[in-house]
Amino acid sequence: MSTLQENTLPVRQQATRPAAQRWLTPVVIVYIALVALLVVGSVLVGLRGEVLLDQGGILNILTRATALGLVAIGQTMVILTGSLDLSVAYLVGLTSLIAAETMAGRDGMVVPGVLLALAVAAGVGLVNGLVITVLKANAFIATLGVALILRGYLEENYTGPAGDVPRGFQHLGYDRIGPVPVAALLMLAVAVLSWWYLSRTRSGYHMYAVGGDIEVARLSGLPTRRIIVTAHVLCSVAAGLTGIYLASRLGSGAPYVGTDAGYDLESIAAVVLGGTLLAGGRGGVAGTIGGVLILATLDTIFDDLEVDPFFKDVVRGVVLVTAVALYARRMSANRTRGRLT
Amino acid sequence: MTPGIATSVRLTGITKSFLGVPVLRGVDLELRGGEVHAVMGENGAGKSTLLKVLAGVHRPDGGTIEVDGAEVSFASPTDAQRAGIAIIHQEFTLLPHRSVAENVYLGREPVRRMQVDRRRMVADTRELLNWLGEDGIDPADNVSSLSVAQRQVVEIVKALSTDARVLGMDEPTAALADHEVELLYDLVRRLRERGIAILYVSHRMREVFDLSDRITVLKDGRFVTCAPTGELTSEDLVRHMVGRDLGEYYPDRAVPDDLGRVRLALRGAGNDRVRDLNIEVRAGEIVGLAGLQGSGRSAVARAVFGVEPFTRGLLEVDGVAQRVTRPRTAVRLGIALVTEDRKGDGLALRQSVRDNTLLVRRAALRGARSRARSDVPALLDVVTVVARGEHQEVRYLSGGNQQKVVLAKWLAVEPRVLVVDEPTRGIDVGAKRAVHEILRDLARRGVAVLMISSELPELIGMSDRILVMHDGALAGELPAGASEGAVMALATGHGVGEVA
Ligand SMILES: Nc1ncnc2c1ncn2[C@@H]1O[C@H](COP(=O)(O)OP(=O)(O)OP(=O)(O)O)[C@@H](O)[C@H]1O
Ligand SMILES: [Mg+2]
Repeated sequence: MSTLQENTLPVRQQATRPAAQRWLTPVVIVYIALVALLVVGSVLVGLRGEVLLDQGGILNILTRATALGLVAIGQTMVILTGSLDLSVAYLVGLTSLIAAETMAGRDGMVVPGVLLALAVAAGVGLVNGLVITVLKANAFIATLGVALILRGYLEENYTGPAGDVPRGFQHLGYDRIGPVPVAALLMLAVAVLSWWYLSRTRSGYHMYAVGGDIEVARLSGLPTRRIIVTAHVLCSVAAGLTGIYLASRLGSGAPYVGTDAGYDLESIAAVVLGGTLLAGGRGGVAGTIGGVLILATLDTIFDDLEVDPFFKDVVRGVVLVTAVALYARRMSANRTRGRLT
Repeated sequence: MTPGIATSVRLTGITKSFLGVPVLRGVDLELRGGEVHAVMGENGAGKSTLLKVLAGVHRPDGGTIEVDGAEVSFASPTDAQRAGIAIIHQEFTLLPHRSVAENVYLGREPVRRMQVDRRRMVADTRELLNWLGEDGIDPADNVSSLSVAQRQVVEIVKALSTDARVLGMDEPTAALADHEVELLYDLVRRLRERGIAILYVSHRMREVFDLSDRITVLKDGRFVTCAPTGELTSEDLVRHMVGRDLGEYYPDRAVPDDLGRVRLALRGAGNDRVRDLNIEVRAGEIVGLAGLQGSGRSAVARAVFGVEPFTRGLLEVDGVAQRVTRPRTAVRLGIALVTEDRKGDGLALRQSVRDNTLLVRRAALRGARSRARSDVPALLDVVTVVARGEHQEVRYLSGGNQQKVVLAKWLAVEPRVLVVDEPTRGIDVGAKRAVHEILRDLARRGVAVLMISSELPELIGMSDRILVMHDGALAGELPAGASEGAVMALATGHGVGEVA
């Protein structure tokens, strides 16, 4: 898997890379693409006599980006360590229910509700991590299995929304400063914290190492299992935060909020769009947030233009494939450069 | 011997099996501070495994390890590091997407106020690099942008940064060019003077005799002998390792009658790494391509094979101009390339020995020829691969045996033009002899061979003509049997044209 993206393209004829290309990292490309998308989108929406980035438009984009952003931040960590988590979507539903049911409309139960939801999320992450590291199950299969277990539980016990979030707690979902939702700012704060964690702390460094080459990590004396488990716990906690946020927006818990929005595959798409290698070892949260914003903006533009859902998916697919191909090309160029000096 | 921190390590009766197959069967080794102790043996003799046991990577099944007289047991490489033991492994252990400093301090990053102290990490790495005289490497650079030789330097820096008192080096010069080998010698001697104990695994006789104080020989996982270097001759060593005598000779060179048509010709060929190449290689001929690391030797190999194609000039195969822009085209034309980086370019590590051997044949030939596989045992035999069977995964083979599988893979498609880039890197004396004979044999059967090797005696011993590169262009041509001095003069940009 680790060489998949590097090798699928023929090694390109070596062009002397101008210095200008060095700073053109995937992260930079993502944000350039985001700006381009906003410009193109504004023009298209403008042709219909509407405005893309008015108060409502900004609010719409940021609201969409909040929930997906939280899930994708967690997904970034597991993907960086060379793993994957397909159970996040059901976990979002489950934690929204746990939070809302524990609160049951009482202001005093907000903190216990939040803590319980996060604890359960952490537990699920622990299970994911242990199944992958101790039982040595493939991450794809292991987390799919856990997803199925969660689904079974949800289908058995719930038919629709349940629990009740006190009015005070709903402020989290709806308060805003100008066009900017408070929750979006909180999501960005989580993003900044994760960025710091990944790029500045030892644990973060070690996640890159494990994802880059687990054998090298092992030979360098890193506790590889513990690192992978940690990534999974953090990923699940991020999904838990999403569940809590959505409960506050909906006023109750809903078993399928996560799956209806497709947060499992959507979050992986955002991570990859943000320039993180699906094989691990390279990338980061900054790119992921860019990817999330692109997906959210696309959706908002499509809504404004009232295009049909099928076409919408086609465009998203094209964007994703283009991005990955672009990054792979740049990587193979880098690789060749490194080989023969 | 030398004053200072004289550490000693004693391994006694070490045994280790993988899946029931014994690899080490009772090895004894004693290592003192301030000595260079060489370990020699054939491919698969268990040298790397022994080092990994010492490094805490593998747990021995039996036997004891003592450091300064106290018995120790290592559960992980970190334990070994704490006891002052660091190993430079045979395979590269660097993360390509991370910086040099991040690699050097991997697992031991200095922390300040909860954050990795990046400034200190970079400064310390720079200091170590300077100490080695390698200021060309920027600690902030990504490892993927470094050459193979520079990566080796980073590996050494990584081991030194642990303040190791015992340093194991598993074929550290395998990837280095001659002048870099000199630097490494220097470095090893300096470390010895500081009282560090060095365990040195190498297949290169000259190196072992130049550097080591004592030599231990292993064969089939057993301890054969240990003696001071001065008391051994290279013939003794070979006899201990291989179990028979092998004289110091190369197969006979081609005589003019052996030479056939021009199989590979470059006419004014170039791309952005190399320029103005005029090269002819005839059927039956082995042409050596010499030059320093970075002179463009490998770039020629890769261009001929279509990996980074020529953008100017002509490439002719058997007199017909061809556009080789992809390896697949090259293979179809009968061009083969044995790359210098066997793990990266040469092998599918998780596949079996047989699948690897048949890789090119299946991919590039058509019809029944692509499906033939009955000759695999014979091919593996020709290159003397020691594996548990055709179905063993390649990643579990010893380093030298992996190299042999790469060769077998190309023999399987019977090439017309064979380009070999460092074909004997990391393989033992016996196998090296075998590879030399294979190459000469192929030439006799009409193959045109272009050979790159950083080992000058080998290059000179094997070549019918030697082309020397300097800075991306040909610096001159030398006849068979030219002196090392003449080659080096051209390679370093002195000497012009024909020097005999
Ligand atoms: N992890 C493993 N699993 C199974 N077999 C292994 C493993 N590691 C090594 N071996 C086997 O152990 C034997 C000794 O290997 P080792 O790498 O120690 O040889 P070596 O002396 O270093 O050879 P070389 O000179 O080729 O590097 C080989 O036959 C190899 O196939
Ligand atoms: Mg070895």
